[in-house]
Amino acid sequence: MEPRRAPRTVIDPKVRQVGFFAPGAPPERAVSGPPAPIASSSSSSPPVSDLSPSLSPVMIPPPRHSSADNALLPSSSSSRPVPASPLRQDSLTPASGRRYSKPSEFFPAMSLTASSSYAGRMVGNAEFSDDLRGNMVTVVPAASSFPSGGFDLTAVKASSVPASGLTTVSVVKMMPPVYDPETIVEKVGGSVEVQNDRPESSKPLKEKTSKAERRALQEAQRAAKAAAKAEGSKVPASSGAVMGANAKPTKATKSHSQKNDSATVAGSEKRGGDRLSEKDRKKDAPHPRMQYDDKIRVEKAKRRAVVKQTEARNRVELFRHLPQYEHGTQLPDLESKFFQLDPVHPAVYKVGLQYLSGSISGGNARCIAMLEAFREAIKDYSTPSEKTLSRDLTAKINSYVSFLIECRPLSISMGNAIRFLKSRIAKVPLTLSESEAKALLQSDIEHFINEKIILADNVIVNHAVTKIKDGDVLLTYGSSSAVEMILLHAHELGKQFRVVVVDSRPKLEGKLLLRRLVGKGLSCTYTNINAISYIMREVTQVFLGASSVLSNGTVYSRVGTACVAMVAHEFRVPVLVCCEAYKFHERVLLDSICSNELGDPDVISEVPGRDDINYLDGLTNSENLQLLNLIYDATPSDYVSMIVTDYGMVPPTSVPVIVREYRREHVWV
Amino acid sequence: MERGERESETPRNALSSCSAPMDFQVVVLAGGASKKLIPLISKEVPKALLPVANRPVLSYVLELLEQSNLKDLIVVVEGQDAAVRVGGWISGAYVDRLHVEVAAVPEDVGTAGALRAIARHLTAKDIMVVNGDLVSDVPPGAVAAAHRRHDAAVTAMLCSAPVSGPSESGSSGGKDKTKKPGRYNIIGLDPTKQFLLYIATGAELEKDIRIQKSILRAVGQMEIRADLMDAHLYAFKRSVLQEVLDQKDTFQSLKQDVLPYLVRSQLKSEVLLNGAPQAEENGNEKVNFQKNQVMVSRILANASTPSFHEFSGLGTNGSAPRTHKCCVYIASNRKYCARLNSIQAFSDINRDVTGEASHLSGYSFSAQNNNIHPSAELGSKTTVGPHCMLGEGSQMGDKCSVKRSVIGRHCRIGSNVKVANSVIMNHVTIGDGCSIQGSVICSNVQLQERVVLKDCQVGAGFVVTAGSECKGEALAKKEK
Repeated sequence: MEPRRAPRTVIDPKVRQVGFFAPGAPPERAVSGPPAPIASSSSSSPPVSDLSPSLSPVMIPPPRHSSADNALLPSSSSSRPVPASPLRQDSLTPASGRRYSKPSEFFPAMSLTASSSYAGRMVGNAEFSDDLRGNMVTVVPAASSFPSGGFDLTAVKASSVPASGLTTVSVVKMMPPVYDPETIVEKVGGSVEVQNDRPESSKPLKEKTSKAERRALQEAQRAAKAAAKAEGSKVPASSGAVMGANAKPTKATKSHSQKNDSATVAGSEKRGGDRLSEKDRKKDAPHPRMQYDDKIRVEKAKRRAVVKQTEARNRVELFRHLPQYEHGTQLPDLESKFFQLDPVHPAVYKVGLQYLSGSISGGNARCIAMLEAFREAIKDYSTPSEKTLSRDLTAKINSYVSFLIECRPLSISMGNAIRFLKSRIAKVPLTLSESEAKALLQSDIEHFINEKIILADNVIVNHAVTKIKDGDVLLTYGSSSAVEMILLHAHELGKQFRVVVVDSRPKLEGKLLLRRLVGKGLSCTYTNINAISYIMREVTQVFLGASSVLSNGTVYSRVGTACVAMVAHEFRVPVLVCCEAYKFHERVLLDSICSNELGDPDVISEVPGRDDINYLDGLTNSENLQLLNLIYDATPSDYVSMIVTDYGMVPPTSVPVIVREYRREHVWV
Repeated sequence: MERGERESETPRNALSSCSAPMDFQVVVLAGGASKKLIPLISKEVPKALLPVANRPVLSYVLELLEQSNLKDLIVVVEGQDAAVRVGGWISGAYVDRLHVEVAAVPEDVGTAGALRAIARHLTAKDIMVVNGDLVSDVPPGAVAAAHRRHDAAVTAMLCSAPVSGPSESGSSGGKDKTKKPGRYNIIGLDPTKQFLLYIATGAELEKDIRIQKSILRAVGQMEIRADLMDAHLYAFKRSVLQEVLDQKDTFQSLKQDVLPYLVRSQLKSEVLLNGAPQAEENGNEKVNFQKNQVMVSRILANASTPSFHEFSGLGTNGSAPRTHKCCVYIASNRKYCARLNSIQAFSDINRDVTGEASHLSGYSFSAQNNNIHPSAELGSKTTVGPHCMLGEGSQMGDKCSVKRSVIGRHCRIGSNVKVANSVIMNHVTIGDGCSIQGSVICSNVQLQERVVLKDCQVGAGFVVTAGSECKGEALAKKEK
């Protein structure tokens, strides 16, 4: 969670140290840096020691902005270290009790303790609220269980709900730190905190919270209460979470933060490009994606389901909102019902089976296979009497789509293609005869495949090839169809370069890519992702594929991509993401938890053909073991140098522009 | 080639050719005379109508298909007479339930010949061929789905062979005798157990197994199994099937000729696959269109997990030889699957259907695990043990005992009769004091008093004289 948010901070690249530390990076960490102020302020040192081990396994250690801290500390903490904490304490303690019962007031209070800029930004970034809520809920339990009454500052924050809200602070895109001597900075657990010592600053904030935000906060609070009841002992974890959260506000240190209004303005200025207007935001209702921890709706969906899914017994707690099914049971069940599924067209059925068995994977291929199946289905379609084509066919397509979703969750590219097809169906003129309408729709689908995928790939290849020079060493991860085409085309042009194919278990897709590349005569190196930091030294460019690019520039791709991009960034190697524009989506994703797909856990616990190392045999059903096989991850835009798309090579920040301008005008209308 | 085709009396005749679910057409090969079953079957009772738990064996297949929503069937019967009988029975039993077309083919054309005879009625994309003697609860949809998923030329269903035959009954003296060695198949599978690499029937087992190097080289590893049985349920791609049948007119049997041929030639396919649709678009856009089409297919091919077929093509220079896939669907061990192709199998299936696989029979069994028709009359001190079945209108005298046996309709059984592990068909008269063990007694047989039969088969209409004792014999009227 933390690392997803962390990279979002737009700060001076020289200062940022996230996740990885290059050999040359300053060795001291934030934890070790600021002990003196802690000791001086009062007593929040125990959490410090708990900081790193307390992280849950899914988290990558939260970013520690060591250099930022170091830069900050000498001036700020030395200026007014001691008065800070009493002041804070006084202003906070009375408030916390009252705040607990009033969710609406909890927000301002939080901003009081944290950074005022957060709230302002939050108003500005209401698109984030969806994902924000997800984050809050997941973080809250840890924070709320913080032991109360140990330390002046942390204790207050932790025992009162605002602390849980505090953790979400890190979601927000922060300003470049402008260090102002007037800001009161306090050191807590290896992080620097901004204190806004003007109580009235909370008032404008309160007015600014939108409905969605308030609801998010309420939910967070509710979850916090529940969690507080449930757990009370996980001190280290909680403190770690709080610390991790606290690490964030450091970045917010800036002069503007004294006035929320100014912060808001600054925030909107900063990222005005990808912000939707208030109206659009309202239209963008919360995504209808099913939350699989919602029991009632899951039950309902189950009754409708064609594919019998048995829920996995040991579900990974953090990912309960995603479907987690026992793998290996669906296919036989679906197969045995082959003839019973009347409403599903054979072509669609076949594609569904192929998704389920995993014999088709990859964004483009899945999308093409689906569209071709739909084309077949439309070809064989005939409108029942007393129904209209556009309505009945839409219903048909909907049933096909829900069948495909049961086989495997849709990728974003498929979602876009389905939206396109449905809009086309809806726009079929009523005057057309049935055969004409069908022909029109079939050619529409064909055009989509040809223009949005094939042609787009050609354009991408032509763009990207210009970036390949003789002597380059290109690294790619997994197996991306676009990247493969680029490499092959560059090779055809006679460029002299070498390819490093990085691969990872369990799918080992890179091997197939490698086979094809070597077959075409490219000189290749093959390595697993474990060796990424070693091999990155010799790489000059990284080409990555993507499942989707979201409008905050986040690249949603095969798990492991983020890691490759981060390492590349650390080594100052440019990262080019090749992605067709039809895969862009206006959604915003901050982490890879809210929206992801879970694969078969067995494939990571077992190594086929290596019986001698299958140590987990018989353990997979153990209560204490949860196997997590994530399919996707989200690469923050900061690690992406360039996105190569059919509209040219653009920085990740331009993705929303493409989504807004081209999508709406050319495809949907 | 003479064809006697008749529509069953369903009101849906008009729909005969349309509505093949999922583009699958089903052909049931109900066979004709089988030499292995010789005393049991006769002109009156073709193989398809042999009773299994008092129902014709064909009904098991038809109901299995009906459960899978496959209601348009073509039933092929060898011989005109048999076709009339089978057709008559179907139209009586399945009126309004199934839409069945019965086709008669000459005797001894073999399974391939039978399909050749009805080839012009096959229109769907894929054809499912089921043997009429299959008693199973494996959903045929699973085979069809596996077939579709791999886009295979042929998919065969394999099930675990009954390893040691009947085991639980103590008196299995005759079973060893009737059991022919090497009845099972030698089957070669790829490591994923999805593709069929080699198949040989037991008869060929005497010779050395010859496995093609090319296949072995392409796959790298082959698993050879003798514990699987070909269930004679195949899904064929229609174009492939018809082409093979046309070109190889010496092929007689699906199992022994067509399937091994397809398996043999899977890496250097000679059959035309209609996989790639010929793009007949308007001329000027054609080149561009085809280029795109090539890209589409390349993306799809690259993204799908390749089987060894693709690799074998990749290994050689550029022009990949055409391949087709021969897949298998291996039924799980929990499913019941058996073929009625011998006398032994006949008694086994009868026993299983009344016993462990009783859900197949469609009857409800009582708390004592037996099924006695309400109209059957039992004398005093007569016991009917578990796993038994007593048909409609049968009468039994006093002090009889029936164990693990099936007794048909309207049988008259005297007093002091012991029946164990036997099948007694309809209208059989059994005198007092008989003892019948492990035997099959066909319809209209008369057993006079104190007959002792052990492991015998008694043909229809035979009269066993009083006091005779037989062991392991086949008794039948001499055919004139």
